[in-house]
Amino acid sequence: MISRDQVLHVARLARLRIEEEEIDRISRELSSVLDHIEKISELDLDGVPPTSHVIHVENILRPDDPRPSWPAERVLEPAPDPAGGGFRVPTPGQ
Amino acid sequence: MSNTATGWEPVIGLEIHVQLATRTKMFCGCELSFGQAPNTRTCPVCLGHPGTLPTLNAQAVHYGLMIALALDCEIAPRSIFHRKNYFYPDLPKGYQISQYDIPLASGGHLEVPGGPSVRIHRAHLEEDAAKLIHHGESGRIHGAGSSVVDFNRGGTPLVEIVTEPDVRSASDAREFLQLLRTTLKQIGVSDVNMEEGSLRCDANVSVRRPGEETYRTKTELKNMNSFRFLERGIDAETARQIGTWESGGTVVQETIHFDPVSGSLTPLRSKEEVHDYRYFPEPDLVPVAPTEEMTERARAELPELPAARLERYRADYGLADDVAGTLVGWSELGSFFEASVAAANGNAGAIARWTTGELVAFLREHGIEDPRESKLSPDALAELVGMVEGRTLSRGAAKEVLGELTAEGGDPRSIVEARGLAPIADTGELEAIVERAIEANAAAVEQIRGGKAQAAGAIVGAVMKETKGRADGAEVNRLIREKLGI
Amino acid sequence: MTADVLRMSAAEAAERVLAGDLGAAELFSTYSDRIHQLDDRLGAFLWTADEPPTQDGDAPLGHVPLAVKDLFCTEGVATTAGSRILEGHRPLYTATAVRRLAAAGAPMLGKTNMDEFAMGSSNENSGYGVVHNPWDPERVPGGSSGGSAAAVAAGLAPWAIGTDTGGSIRQPASLCGIVGLKPTYGAISRYGMVAFASSLDQCGPLTRTVSDAALLLRHLVGHDPCDSTSLGLPEEVRLPSRTDLKGLRFGVPHELGSRAEGVETGVGEVFDRTLDRITELGGEVVQVGLPHAPHGISAYYVIAPAEASSNLARYDGVRYGPRARNGTLLDLYERTRAEGFGDEVKRRIMLGTFALSAGYYEAYYGRAQRVRTKIADDFEAAFDECDFVVSPTSPTVAFKLGERTGDPLAMYMADYCTVPMSLAGIPAVSIPAGLARPGDGSGPPGGLPVGFQIAGPAFSENGLLDASFALEQALAFDTTAAFL
Repeated sequence: MISRDQVLHVARLARLRIEEEEIDRISRELSSVLDHIEKISELDLDGVPPTSHVIHVENILRPDDPRPSWPAERVLEPAPDPAGGGFRVPTPGQ
Repeated sequence: MSNTATGWEPVIGLEIHVQLATRTKMFCGCELSFGQAPNTRTCPVCLGHPGTLPTLNAQAVHYGLMIALALDCEIAPRSIFHRKNYFYPDLPKGYQISQYDIPLASGGHLEVPGGPSVRIHRAHLEEDAAKLIHHGESGRIHGAGSSVVDFNRGGTPLVEIVTEPDVRSASDAREFLQLLRTTLKQIGVSDVNMEEGSLRCDANVSVRRPGEETYRTKTELKNMNSFRFLERGIDAETARQIGTWESGGTVVQETIHFDPVSGSLTPLRSKEEVHDYRYFPEPDLVPVAPTEEMTERARAELPELPAARLERYRADYGLADDVAGTLVGWSELGSFFEASVAAANGNAGAIARWTTGELVAFLREHGIEDPRESKLSPDALAELVGMVEGRTLSRGAAKEVLGELTAEGGDPRSIVEARGLAPIADTGELEAIVERAIEANAAAVEQIRGGKAQAAGAIVGAVMKETKGRADGAEVNRLIREKLGI
Repeated sequence: MTADVLRMSAAEAAERVLAGDLGAAELFSTYSDRIHQLDDRLGAFLWTADEPPTQDGDAPLGHVPLAVKDLFCTEGVATTAGSRILEGHRPLYTATAVRRLAAAGAPMLGKTNMDEFAMGSSNENSGYGVVHNPWDPERVPGGSSGGSAAAVAAGLAPWAIGTDTGGSIRQPASLCGIVGLKPTYGAISRYGMVAFASSLDQCGPLTRTVSDAALLLRHLVGHDPCDSTSLGLPEEVRLPSRTDLKGLRFGVPHELGSRAEGVETGVGEVFDRTLDRITELGGEVVQVGLPHAPHGISAYYVIAPAEASSNLARYDGVRYGPRARNGTLLDLYERTRAEGFGDEVKRRIMLGTFALSAGYYEAYYGRAQRVRTKIADDFEAAFDECDFVVSPTSPTVAFKLGERTGDPLAMYMADYCTVPMSLAGIPAVSIPAGLARPGDGSGPPGGLPVGFQIAGPAFSENGLLDASFALEQALAFDTTAAFL
């Protein structure tokens, strides 16, 4: 089960604006999925290590050799608001 | 600020970010940037474009191992990367790749000789954020209308070093950070320049009554970009906290900005929520399990570390702690000293004193960081000291010669000859000058006979004036006593 | 002539081009013309190439053009991942998989439609319209590689590549009556694949024959310095040639067999008949257990959304893509993402964020990764008893458009049989095994395709393809039956 407040909190963490009228639907949908998922809480998983890596290799390292960077004009092409050679955004916290 | 003065004990832990001097970024092949035009050192990977993946810089791991060994840390047999998730314009992927509960290294220590001993909690690898440039009046975030992101810095390799809260004063914090800086500089892994941002230091500060076993609430002082500001900032925050506790208030956990110009402490705008970073293991990178070969290669590349050097100065040269400490703490000075001793084949004590005394004074006066930037060569210093010790040059004259050597270079003997600073070789000449001085200073003579030995100073002074400092002070005093029959 | 060309496998077409019997340009235009004429009935393509880049000389893949799921970055060509948040986005580079195949002589025919950010099992989650199943246009082709599967099944592309995270190649292959392979995790580079769930995503072929899949696989696999998790395969991919299944044991887990949860009667029957075929070919069918497989959906729908919630954080309107303007920074983030992402993507981002959030990590993400370990262990134990584990690929045949869009959980259940292999990182292929009618008796009277899934231990691709080939020959399913 996931409450309205939890839905709003998670939406904020995920930077997703949700409208008032959506909250109930989302809450219901997520609750239904979470109820199903909750079955795993019944399993005995004592001493079972979590899988953090699927393939079992280590130390894949890249030599410290420079590769050419992209020219600024090229990387700024897709920018929604290029300015002064950079990517402009509203100042945080205003 | 000592405990006895205030009745409170500062408890300080430091978080230091070191930018590594690799050629490329932590997770892509872009070259590191030094003031290039914005967004000219970027690629789809460090811009967080769709479909891109990080690849770990081998040299960054190597430098990380060197730092771990230099700080006597335990190296994790297998460490992994984690994602630290949050939204900010300088974070292109919406997460920083860092290390969380299994860092590269942990459990080390660094002792300042004759100073604080600080345990290292952990050291780990992570990538730097990009740069956000605020466009407002002050260039700071308050009052800015818009900001522009430059991703050149984004992805620069960092090692984050976290100490235990073992530091007990602002000056100890400064000493520790200076030694850490020297150490890192010596092992060659970073430029460790605080003004440029390749060495950044935050301090976690709290206070408590001596004897209290638990810690009180701490605040975080962020990004103090010089040793002086670090010390002043910690002092100011400690005083503020003591004031709060003593007036019956409670210290609140917050992040604080110290303005070195005004000396004021301002809480940074509190975020809407305490960050929930939702750390989870980075699936795009595989673990780092340093092999014996990797660790030995890191160890082999470590130069002599400060603690070992200090021991060696004590043992081999018999240097006193304070002199040795200065030479160890300023690594370029120490190297200069050793080169000079090698040229002199002896006189280590005297060379050490001249190095840490006169030479340091000259360097400080001229704002020179590295003695090699002065014109003085280690050989010249060795020769000069040799002349003084061998009584072929007076201390006074030697100081003058040193002045010229550091400013203009050259060799001592030529300068002595050119400026006529050779000590008076003819004892007869000196005797005559001493006699004249005695005659001219009857009052002083009477005082001397009356038991006031210091009055000889006037006569010595007269002799020095006439000889332009070339006379040997001890010899002059001897002659005065002889002439006066005392 | 066109009909002959279309009916050829891609491998045969390649041979003919290399032999000089068939013109590469002619072959290309046969397909691009068909796309222009017929794709509006399917909605499979988002972009079609005007003409192939000129390629000279011998190329192992014979200049046979390839449909590419729009999840693969293609330099200069719009790559949307089926999402409006990447509308018009032209990548600065091309995915390794696409580059390798182009270099081997498979130029890009077009970019195919898909569920947004690979999240879906029906291709109804695309920001650019649904895809129709060529067997019955009122039904879904499966997802998320619905466009690639429909294109191949309809004869609009000789072969295609897609991606599989929880079944997104195998399930649409099953619903469209073609072959779909998910290789061992790490066999193929993920560089340039717009990331959904990093520890699960894999590129793979969608083809009409097992040999075509093997041919593409051979040129796709290999370590890529741009992808630290790419290992390649320990041996070169061989073209399959097996004619029987003697000496091979096929394990049927009762948890995923014909009587497993949600499996339609018709699907169960085709599955059982296929087991009989295996026996006829000399293979041995044995019972195995995968006790934690039933929890696969639960584990998957924690792990995949969790990784996705992080992978999709970069879509913030700062550096590329559309942006919601005239507000604060918070407005920029929240509105750009709310306007750009579809409902299913938002659901999964929220689910994933929740599963990783403070206080819930251990209960959800932590536990799900432990369940994953158990599932991998189950397979390892099963492979002591058999060479391959088999199951129906999908519990049902193609369902109707709109049938499950109101019930996310019902949609997720489509992956019930495919998710365990994804979690364990092992290779699995779906081959079309027969036709069946859905539970309610609707749809074409001849029935709709049923896929048979064969999974092998990690790095067993050669053996897996060989066994699949032998079975495929025996089943003789007509993969041209749905050609438009």
